[in-house]
Amino acid sequence: MHINEILFWFLTALALFSAMMVVFSKNPVHSVLWLIVVFMAITGHYIIMNAQFLAIVNMIVYAGAIMVLFLFVIMFMNLNAESEPQKSKWMKFAAVLSGGSLMLILIAALKDNGGFISSMRGEGSIGLIKNLGKVLFTDYVVPFEISSILFLSAMVGAVVLGKKDSSTIVS
Amino acid sequence: MITMDLLAINFSLGLEKLLLIGAIITFSLIVAMYTTYAERKVAAWMQDRRGPNRAGPFGLLQPAADGLKLFFKEEIIPLTSNKTLFVLGPALAMITAMLTSAVIPWGSSIELFGRNISLQIADVNIGILYVFGVVSMGVYGIMIGGWSSNNKFSLIAAVRGASQIISYELAMGLSLIALLMMTGSLSLKTIVQQQMEGGWNIIYQPLGFLIFLICVFAECNRTPFDLPEAENELNFGYHQEYSSMKLGLYLFAEYVNMFISSAVVSTLFFGGYDIPFVDETALSLSLGANTVALLGFAALFAKILFFLFLFIWVRWTIPRFRYDQLMDLGWKKLIPLALANMLITAVVILWLNK
Repeated sequence: MHINEILFWFLTALALFSAMMVVFSKNPVHSVLWLIVVFMAITGHYIIMNAQFLAIVNMIVYAGAIMVLFLFVIMFMNLNAESEPQKSKWMKFAAVLSGGSLMLILIAALKDNGGFISSMRGEGSIGLIKNLGKVLFTDYVVPFEISSILFLSAMVGAVVLGKKDSSTIVS
Repeated sequence: MITMDLLAINFSLGLEKLLLIGAIITFSLIVAMYTTYAERKVAAWMQDRRGPNRAGPFGLLQPAADGLKLFFKEEIIPLTSNKTLFVLGPALAMITAMLTSAVIPWGSSIELFGRNISLQIADVNIGILYVFGVVSMGVYGIMIGGWSSNNKFSLIAAVRGASQIISYELAMGLSLIALLMMTGSLSLKTIVQQQMEGGWNIIYQPLGFLIFLICVFAECNRTPFDLPEAENELNFGYHQEYSSMKLGLYLFAEYVNMFISSAVVSTLFFGGYDIPFVDETALSLSLGANTVALLGFAALFAKILFFLFLFIWVRWTIPRFRYDQLMDLGWKKLIPLALANMLITAVVILWLNK
């Protein structure tokens, strides 16, 4: 077994185990921490694929920024087990059904794609920051700019929502 | 296959890197230890006192005495705390403080036993982004510790610390983009080599340096940004419930952070291991490459010591900000300033290249 393969299977096992722990943890804070481990494992996968830029951005944005905000919200919640509302049986049943069908579709889509894993070896240098930047700013410059405008509008929207209008509070 | 070569097991290379990692970690711990001593001595000097002078000559054994005291203290884990996370918190704080040292070039390369050994653990081509990645992980040490203590003061301090670090990370990144536009590389080694040839970055980016330095102070939770430890508002901050060496790790991580961030600032803006006013290639012909590499390391260390002194100097000079002032400075002053700096740099670069 090559060391690349050992790393691949180790990270895969780690990602799957932590993903399960996200679901099975009773404590939401533990769930968030396990989710961070999942992101770390995926970062490792990116490094194996020689996509260093993607790896580090995944770590900064997802594991670093978004998960901190998740933790923020959850830490301020009341985590008493008694005050937690119980979901109805039908809700649980519907959740299992929809999650299961999503898994079915994913398996069906990936099953026939035999070359998927073998193409994940660290070949080529397309994931290095220089090449990625060139591709993004030449071939895909229009979609790139459009998505940045999308982000900007989301930001403006968040500011508008967060800004309390003093007149409505008085009335 | 590029990564295949990178990941192929090479025992002598592995041993070399392992020794280097050990040396750097030991070195940063010793420096951090003596920074605590320096902090008390400098504070005493500024306030016209004597400072620690009982343990050993000039009180030089004081850090060891402090460390032993912390080790031998009773370890208390609060009954209502979350025990796993309570232990994980200080460990994470220390690990993330150490991890950044991997991409800093501590010197050029030395020749030993016929091998060319680079004094940098990993020269990855995304070096500075790696630093940001690790810094953004550093929040978890504070947050987990503060939350799992199950104490409202700890929680408030943790949330304060985390929001402060996230806010200042933005201005820090923006101030660096201007620098990166000039260097065109994210590798710290390349940035140092460019400064050796073309002069230090501080000459071209004084505003960027100022913004970066302020953000570094905020990221290290040092005065005037030490609001997570504001004792008159929050008792003792996020490590209120900690005792023994777990408290020691939190306090110590701050000093390791100071050391590493001084190294990052020196590398990015002050030429790293470049010896000022000296041509290294000419010097290495007369003195030998090894001597010059060691001299370069000494030059980097001198720069680091200056910044450590600056950290201490500021702490004992400037009072603490109020929390709204802190957020105001971060979001409404530093970020627009950094954006303006970035735009001006871009315009100048395009204008010169035309």
